[in-house]
Amino acid sequence: MTAAIVLVLRRDLLVALRRKGDALNVLIFFVIVASLFPLGTGAEPGQLRAIAAGVIWVGALLAALLSLPRLFAADLADGTLEQMVVSAQPLPAVVVAKIAAHWLTTGLPLALIAPLLGLQYGLPGDALLVLLGAVLLGTPVLSLIGAAGAALTLGVRGAAVLTGLLVLPLFVPALVFGAGAVTASLSGIAPGPHLSLLGALLAVSLPLGLWATCAALRVALD
Amino acid sequence: MFSNLFNFASPQAFYPVAGRMISWFGWSAALLGVAGLYIAFFVAPTDATQGESYRIIFIHVPAAWMSMFLYLVMAGWAGLGLVLNTRLSGMMASALAPTGAMFTVVALVTGLLWGKPTWGTYWVWDARLTSELFLLFLYLGFMALKEAIDDPQRADRAGAILALVGVVNIPIIYFSVQWWNTLHQGASVSLTRAPSMAATMLAGMLVMALAAWMYSIAVSLARVRAIIVAREQDAAWVRSGTR
Repeated sequence: MTAAIVLVLRRDLLVALRRKGDALNVLIFFVIVASLFPLGTGAEPGQLRAIAAGVIWVGALLAALLSLPRLFAADLADGTLEQMVVSAQPLPAVVVAKIAAHWLTTGLPLALIAPLLGLQYGLPGDALLVLLGAVLLGTPVLSLIGAAGAALTLGVRGAAVLTGLLVLPLFVPALVFGAGAVTASLSGIAPGPHLSLLGALLAVSLPLGLWATCAALRVALD
Repeated sequence: MFSNLFNFASPQAFYPVAGRMISWFGWSAALLGVAGLYIAFFVAPTDATQGESYRIIFIHVPAAWMSMFLYLVMAGWAGLGLVLNTRLSGMMASALAPTGAMFTVVALVTGLLWGKPTWGTYWVWDARLTSELFLLFLYLGFMALKEAIDDPQRADRAGAILALVGVVNIPIIYFSVQWWNTLHQGASVSLTRAPSMAATMLAGMLVMALAAWMYSIAVSLARVRAIIVAREQDAAWVRSGTR
């Protein structure tokens, strides 16, 4: 089973490496969204600092959403996905590897670039650190829940918009606690409880997202 | 006895039974609704702080209860269908979703109308209001997903998975009042302590809640009959008109 996980992980990372544009575009989209807000709201430093966490988190949610079709759609088109589902390896092992690869190619880059965007918004040093930690903890949740949404809408009419409709409401707790951690740290409150809740959310999302994704893939390829 | 009950998992067996139950639940809903509104407008006392405007509570609270409860019932049917692979369960889930979404809209709209005179604003980003709004999004997502998939079996099973994932959101709605600092008044009715309202107010609300309950059952049964006929239109019992 471990061998299967490593194999799928390596394969998905290799595919992402060969098509660098896909992952890079998501990152550029994230930066553009975050850079648009000051143009719309005005660049008053106090106001920017107040909206920073929310804007960066919503940008991360949208970027994660845009990256979801890449997770299964190409593998469905060339038949790889069907082979993975009927193979002797347990489906959760395959799915966990694919989700991990998705996080490594989207969530991790988003988390690493988030402090830079925070700098644009004038966040102080310790808030930047909290932002990095919160996005690091929160993006795996997005990948797990998002994978379930992507699997449910596999090969369905208008899948892209539908996926947004399905998963964005489920992203809400991650947004609340993720942005809450940064806001708490800005107002001098310890961000620990928010980060703990974010960790708890990850612990819940791991089995829930895995189960839902596997079940949805079986339904889609029935 | 259980083998008899499981007979009704067949759409053909359930169709006539549902037809007979509709008038029962429909009339109960009408009678309870009239009684509840009578208590609400003529019996219940005027509130000491909110005056007459509080009377919208008799629609607002039952609608909010039903909106959350119906999601649970819907997810329950969906889960049953996923586990036992019964066709009727998925149809029941489909039949319940529009009623649940309707009650969510009613709870939101009455909340807006109530918020203006008491809080001075139609909408606040309060935890409960916001989670009710997201409950509506969950209903809409469920219906949109079922709508988008042509094969009814696949639509039922995909919808079931989504409903079960969405159920995780229900406790967040309920505990959000404690989790976030909020403007919304705390829950006035609880099973563990004495309710903080007059007995007639409580009675009116419970009667209205029962009416909403009966209405939901009657409407869902009528809708599930339509779904049964639509899906089984090629079956002999539907074509022959012996239903």
